[in-house]
Amino acid sequence: MSLFSFRRKKKVPAESSSQSTEKDLSKKLGKTRSRFTDGLLDFFLGKKPIDDDLLEELETHLLVADTGVDVTQRIMDTLGQSIGRKQVNDSEALQDLLQQELNDILAPCEQPLEISSAKKPYVILVVGVNGSGKTTTIGKLSKRLKEANLSVMLAAGDTFRAAAVEQLQAWGERNQIPVVAQGSGADSASVIFDALQSAKAKGVDVLIADTAGRLHTQAGLMDELKKVKRVLTKLDAEAPHETLLVLDGGTGQNALTQAEQFHKAVGLTGLAITKLDGTAKGGIVFAIAQKLALPIRFIGVGEKVEDLRTFNASEFVDALLKVDPS
Amino acid sequence: MFDNLTERLGRTLDRLRGQGRLTDDNIKESLRDVRMALLEADVALPVVKTFIGKVKARAVGQEVIKSLSPGQAFVKIVHDELVSVMGESCEELNLQAQPPVVILMAGLQGAGKTTTVAKLARHLKERHKKSVLVTSCDVYRPAAIEQLKTLAAEVEVGFHASTIKQKPDKIAKEALKAAKKQLVDVLIVDTAGRLHIDAEMMGEIKELHKVLQPTETLFVVDSMTGQDAANTAKAFNEALPLTGVVLTKTDGDARGGAALSVREITGKPIKFMGVGEKTTALEPFHPDRLASRILGMGDVLSLVEEAQQNVDQKQAAKLAKKISKGRGFDLNDLREQMLQMEKMGGISSLMDKMPGMSKLPANVREQMSGGAAGKEVNRMVAIINSMTQQERRHPAIIKGSRKRRIAAGSGVQVQEVNKLMKQYAQMSKMMKKVSKGGGMAKMMRSMKGRMPPGMGF
Repeated sequence: MSLFSFRRKKKVPAESSSQSTEKDLSKKLGKTRSRFTDGLLDFFLGKKPIDDDLLEELETHLLVADTGVDVTQRIMDTLGQSIGRKQVNDSEALQDLLQQELNDILAPCEQPLEISSAKKPYVILVVGVNGSGKTTTIGKLSKRLKEANLSVMLAAGDTFRAAAVEQLQAWGERNQIPVVAQGSGADSASVIFDALQSAKAKGVDVLIADTAGRLHTQAGLMDELKKVKRVLTKLDAEAPHETLLVLDGGTGQNALTQAEQFHKAVGLTGLAITKLDGTAKGGIVFAIAQKLALPIRFIGVGEKVEDLRTFNASEFVDALLKVDPS
Repeated sequence: MFDNLTERLGRTLDRLRGQGRLTDDNIKESLRDVRMALLEADVALPVVKTFIGKVKARAVGQEVIKSLSPGQAFVKIVHDELVSVMGESCEELNLQAQPPVVILMAGLQGAGKTTTVAKLARHLKERHKKSVLVTSCDVYRPAAIEQLKTLAAEVEVGFHASTIKQKPDKIAKEALKAAKKQLVDVLIVDTAGRLHIDAEMMGEIKELHKVLQPTETLFVVDSMTGQDAANTAKAFNEALPLTGVVLTKTDGDARGGAALSVREITGKPIKFMGVGEKTTALEPFHPDRLASRILGMGDVLSLVEEAQQNVDQKQAAKLAKKISKGRGFDLNDLREQMLQMEKMGGISSLMDKMPGMSKLPANVREQMSGGAAGKEVNRMVAIINSMTQQERRHPAIIKGSRKRRIAAGSGVQVQEVNKLMKQYAQMSKMMKKVSKGGGMAKMMRSMKGRMPPGMGF
C-alpha cells in the first residue's frame, strides 16, 4: 500500500498536469481574485447607481493591485467618459466595462511561446533581476517542453551566484535533462556558447540558457548579457530565438523599468510573471503591456512543476475581477 | 508620470501664494499629489492613507510666509514626516543576550535571505568581532543549502551542515546544539522562502522560532516589492515576533516604498539594507536617504536647503558686508548676482526662494520673471564680461569710446550698454538705501511699480 501510494504520488503530477491546468488556475489565482473582488464585491454587488465613492473605491482597488497611477488614471478616464456619455448607468455595467478595458490592454500580449521545429535548437535565453525566479521557471519550463516530446538541454549561465549551477543541475536531474555547466566563476557567455555547440551536435530541440540575476541598473552586467547574445549569434544568426524576461509578480512599479531596461539591452521577445500564487496582484502587467506590448508567455502560480501556465489574457482578467461562484 | 514631487507640488501650490496659512482646503490638491507620488513609489495604499493624515495634521495651520515658498515648505513637511515614520536613526542588531545569540531569517521566495545571511555573518565577524555559525533550514529549493555553504566558506564563518532529508526544526535544534558546543557568539539560521498565505509553511517557521528562541527575527523584504508588501509584512508580523527588517536590492532604481509600508505595518525598525551583490554590500539603514528616494526628488530637497543655506547666503552675506561697510555696489557684484541667479535656475525660481517675495504685487512679479528676462540676464553678463576689471570696479569711467568697445566685444548695440549702466545706477542707489537702514521691507515698498523690466535679483 505504501509502495503504491508512493508510486502514485510520483506519477500523478506528470500525467495530470495538462488536464488540471484550467481548474487549478482559477484556484491558484483564487487568492489574487478574491483579494481583488473582496473590495469589488461590496460596491459592485447588485445594481447600484454610480457615484463618486464607487469610482474612488474602484480607483483605489486598481492601485492596490499594483496597476500604477498612470494606467489606473487612464482606465478611470475612460470609465468616466463612458459615464459622461450615459453609456454606463449602474455598477454592473461599469464592471463589464472595466473588464473589457482590462482585457483590451492584455489581449494583444496573449501570444504563447511557439517552438518552431525549423529552428533547431530553439534557443531560449532567460534573463531577469535577482530572485525573480529564473532558475525555477527554467526548471518548470524544461519539464513542460519535455512532456511535449521535445528534447531539452539546459545551460547553467548563472556562474556568479553561489550554487546556482547546482540548483539548475538539481532541476536537470529531477527531469532527466542534460545540463551544460562549467562551474562557478566561469564566463557566462562561454558556458552558453558551449551549450549551444553541444546542443547542435546532439540535435537537441530546445536549449534553455539560465543567466545570473542582475539589476537592470548595473551597466556592466547588462553589457555581459549583450555579450551572451552576441556570442550566440556566432553559432546561429537567429539565436536566441526567445529572450524571456522573468518578472516577480510581487514587484511594484519598478517592474516596468526592469522590462524597459532589459528590452533596451537585449531585445526581449517574451515575459514570464512569477509568484502569482500569493496575494500579489501583478497589476503592473497592464502598464508593461501598454508601454512595451511584449508577449506574455507564462505565469507562475506555484512551486510545483505544473504551476507554470500559459498566459491567457481573459482568464487573467476574469480571475482578477469575477466573483467566485462558490 | 511625473519626475518629482516638488515640481508637481509647485504647480498645485501656486494657488497658495499670497495666502498666509496652509488650510484644509488649500492643500487638498497638494495632498493628492503626495498620495500619487507615494503610490508611484509603491507605498501600500493603507499606509499612504495614514501617512497623508499625518502630513495633513502637521501641515495645516503652518504659516507659509515665514518659510521659503509654500511648495518647498510643504515638501519639507512631507520629507520630514517620512523620515520620522521610518525611524530617525539606524538601529543595530541586538547582541545583548547569552551566547549563542540566534538570528532567524524570514521572508518570501527570492527576497534575498541567503545572501543577507552571508552579508550579516561577514558584518558581525568583521565589525563586531563575533564568531558566527550559519545554517540553512531550506530543504525545499534545490541547492539552497549548497548556496549557503559556499557563501559561508567565502566569508569564512562556520557552517553547520544540513541535508534536504532532515526536518527544518531538527536542523535548527542540531545547529543550536552545535553553536553551544563550539561556543560561537552568533548563530544565523536561514530559512526557505515562503508565501505568507501558506499555512503549513508559516506553521513551520513558527515552530523554528519556538525551537530557536532567537534574539533577532529579521524579515527580509525586496525593496522592489509593490503593494503586496503590506499583506506579507502583516502576515509575517502576526506569525512571528519580528525584531527588525532587512531591505534588499536597494542598488536598483526602485523608489522603495515597500520600506515605508513594512515599517509602518510592522512597527519594526529597518536595520539594514542590501546595496549590492558582494558580501560586503550591507549598510545600516538611512531613513533620510530613502525618504528622498521615495519622493523621487533626489537632490531637489538638498538644492532647496543648499539654496537656503550656502550659495546665496554666503554670497549675499559677502555683499551685505561690503555694502554695509559703505563701499559701493560695483559691476562685479552685479555680475555675481546675475550669475548666481542663473545658477539657481533663473530669476523666477530664485524669487520663489526669497522670503517676502510672495507679497509683491502680481504685475511686478510678472515683470521680473517674464520670459525675456532670462535672455536679458545672459546678455547683461556678456556685456559686463567685455569690461576690464577697472571698468567693473569704477563704472563711472565708462564713457563713449569704452561703451563702443564694450558693445563690440559683447556683440550688442551701444544702447544696450547704456541700458545696463542705467539699471546698474538704479540698483546701486537701492543698495545705498538698504545699507542706510530700513532694510528689505522699505526697499520693496519703494520698488513697487517702478521696477525696470528684466531687473531684479
